[in-house]
Amino acid sequence: MTTAQPVSHQPTAHTTAHRTTSALLYLSGVTVSFDGFKALNNLSLLIEPGEMRAIIGPNGAGKTTMMDVITGKTRPDEGQVVFDGQADLTKLDEAHIATLGIGRKFQKPTVFESHTVRDNLLLALAGMRSWYKLLGAAPTKAENDRLAEILSIIRMEAQQHMLGARLSHGQKQWLEIGMLLAQNPKLMLVDEPVAGMTDVETETTAQVLREVNKSHSVVVVEHDMSFVRALGVKVTVLHEGSMLAEGSLDQVSADPRVVEVYLGR
Amino acid sequence: MMTRFLWTGMGRNLRLFVLLVLAVGIVVPALNLLMPKTSPFYVPAYALQLIGKYLCYASLALAVDLVWGFCGILTLGHAAFFALGGYCMGMYLMRQIGARGVYGNPILPDFMVFLNYPELPWFWHGFNHFWFAAPMVVIVPGVLALALGWFAFRSRVTGVYLSIITQAMTFALLLAFFRNDMGFGGNNGMTDFKDILGYSVQADTTRAVLCFASALALAIFLIISGAIIGSRFGTALIAVRDAESRMRFLGYRAETYKLFVFVLSAAMAGIAGALYVPQVGIINPSEFAPGNSIEAVLWVAVGGRGTLIGPVIGAFIVNFAKTYLTGALPEVWLFALGALFIVVTLFLPKGIVGLWAQIRARNLAKKATAA
Ligand SMILES: Nc1ncnc2c1ncn2[C@@H]1O[C@H](COP(=O)(O)OP(=O)(O)O)[C@@H](O)[C@H]1O
Ligand SMILES: [Mg+2]
Repeated sequence: MTTAQPVSHQPTAHTTAHRTTSALLYLSGVTVSFDGFKALNNLSLLIEPGEMRAIIGPNGAGKTTMMDVITGKTRPDEGQVVFDGQADLTKLDEAHIATLGIGRKFQKPTVFESHTVRDNLLLALAGMRSWYKLLGAAPTKAENDRLAEILSIIRMEAQQHMLGARLSHGQKQWLEIGMLLAQNPKLMLVDEPVAGMTDVETETTAQVLREVNKSHSVVVVEHDMSFVRALGVKVTVLHEGSMLAEGSLDQVSADPRVVEVYLGR
Repeated sequence: MMTRFLWTGMGRNLRLFVLLVLAVGIVVPALNLLMPKTSPFYVPAYALQLIGKYLCYASLALAVDLVWGFCGILTLGHAAFFALGGYCMGMYLMRQIGARGVYGNPILPDFMVFLNYPELPWFWHGFNHFWFAAPMVVIVPGVLALALGWFAFRSRVTGVYLSIITQAMTFALLLAFFRNDMGFGGNNGMTDFKDILGYSVQADTTRAVLCFASALALAIFLIISGAIIGSRFGTALIAVRDAESRMRFLGYRAETYKLFVFVLSAAMAGIAGALYVPQVGIINPSEFAPGNSIEAVLWVAVGGRGTLIGPVIGAFIVNFAKTYLTGALPEVWLFALGALFIVVTLFLPKGIVGLWAQIRARNLAKKATAA
């Protein structure tokens, strides 16, 4: 999984049978209601292996709820979520889904505050999850090397012994991205990574994510248009729980329906 | 691998503290046995018994802190595990009395003769052997903790609901053990013990050995806890405490981590209770009283939640104060306890150990500015 996969920008015109086999993630007709209110309404979405996808949409469009469904936090009322052509994620719990290879960065950064940056990454590092093995295990050479590599990608070598609680907001966001990398998931879900960041930090984050995308498929949710532009990937616009438009940023921002949704509010 | 596991977790402070506990466990009994009664260094029998008791309380406090300080579960029922361990030991000690009881029945303990039991209840079989009773001290509280934890953690019961469940558990056991037909001696419990492993429980040497055993148990619990908290398991455990759902999304089964520590902690509490009973000479349902579990939580709060040394210090200080006040000014104790709780919650969120660390940090800062 550490080898680079080609980034694909194909339009989503496949047959259903083909989709379930070649797509990395396939949502089909997913509906989630909260007391009758449909946060997701018959949403279908397809992510190719190696792809980075930006999901945009106004507040309350259902972006976070979509991630909740994919990661097993929320069970949909209807629809299917197929990962890697085989597992139906709607039947599995969070820990199981995580071990299948889906990592998630939350909208609100949640790093482990009483642990150091290094320990945060070590916890996230793929592999060791069995409680009894962890009782006796020291970090291996391979694990230490991987930690060093990740610390350099997220540009946090100098802070590796700092406690999570002492990090700035931007540093927490990067640590979270590092923790995602450490999990080495097949698919990374990144929810609003640049919220509250300065312009320079935003630019750095876009670079980090492009670097991450060399070896991982990524779905990133974001409001910040300059950031989405810096990513330079295919965009999906969500609105009221369904897909409104899909294509390059220029294409979707020329779409009159998208303009209405964004400007009509 | 085992020695590595046991040593990496032990910081220098913890190592010194374990040595201190062992030193108390050796010196106090030795001064009792070897010093002439006229010597100023002589430790009277009541003081020996008191220290032995405190050592058992300290083990209970450590057990509570493993669950509260490191899993984030505010347990209000840990005295129940302590009492169950105590009852297992009590059953062994009762059966050692044999025909020396008031009624002279070689099989049935006195209270069963008195209550007209036709024969020994099935669950009393085996308790005449130490090799059977000793593992039961761990198994009975351990299995209860496993069952309770399994259901509670799987259903993701947390916070105040979990606290209420633990409190309800100890209260239910209190009511159950009060009943004469339960077969555990009703509200009188079990007492008038004679021998343990063939030695009189009244003898000075037996008491000295029990005090030492209590210190040894505490030392071992400290070493095991230190190793667990210092391991990668411990890192994961603390992460589960601080952000459980985050750990789930990282692929950890949070409930397994909590369950392991909960069961281990119950087993520790059971052993502490088993060492406590022969030293105080009685076990009765009042050990299940909800207040006992709450007091144990207070020891931890006073000493320092989330540290390994804190609970031990807290157990000693609070119980020393309790022994002194209940003797000197009995009506003051409950108020003192309440006041202590308020003071600790408001001014010492990290207990005495936290205060000490704060003072040291301040002194270091002073030195740095002076230099
Ligand atoms: N647990 C919940 N209970 C009720 N309503 C919810 C819940 N989670 C989300 N919603 C509602 O669903 C809609 C979509 O929310 P969300 O997915 O967080 O939007 P976004 O991330 O796109 O801003 C919002 O209107 C929100 O209020
Ligand atoms: Mg959101």
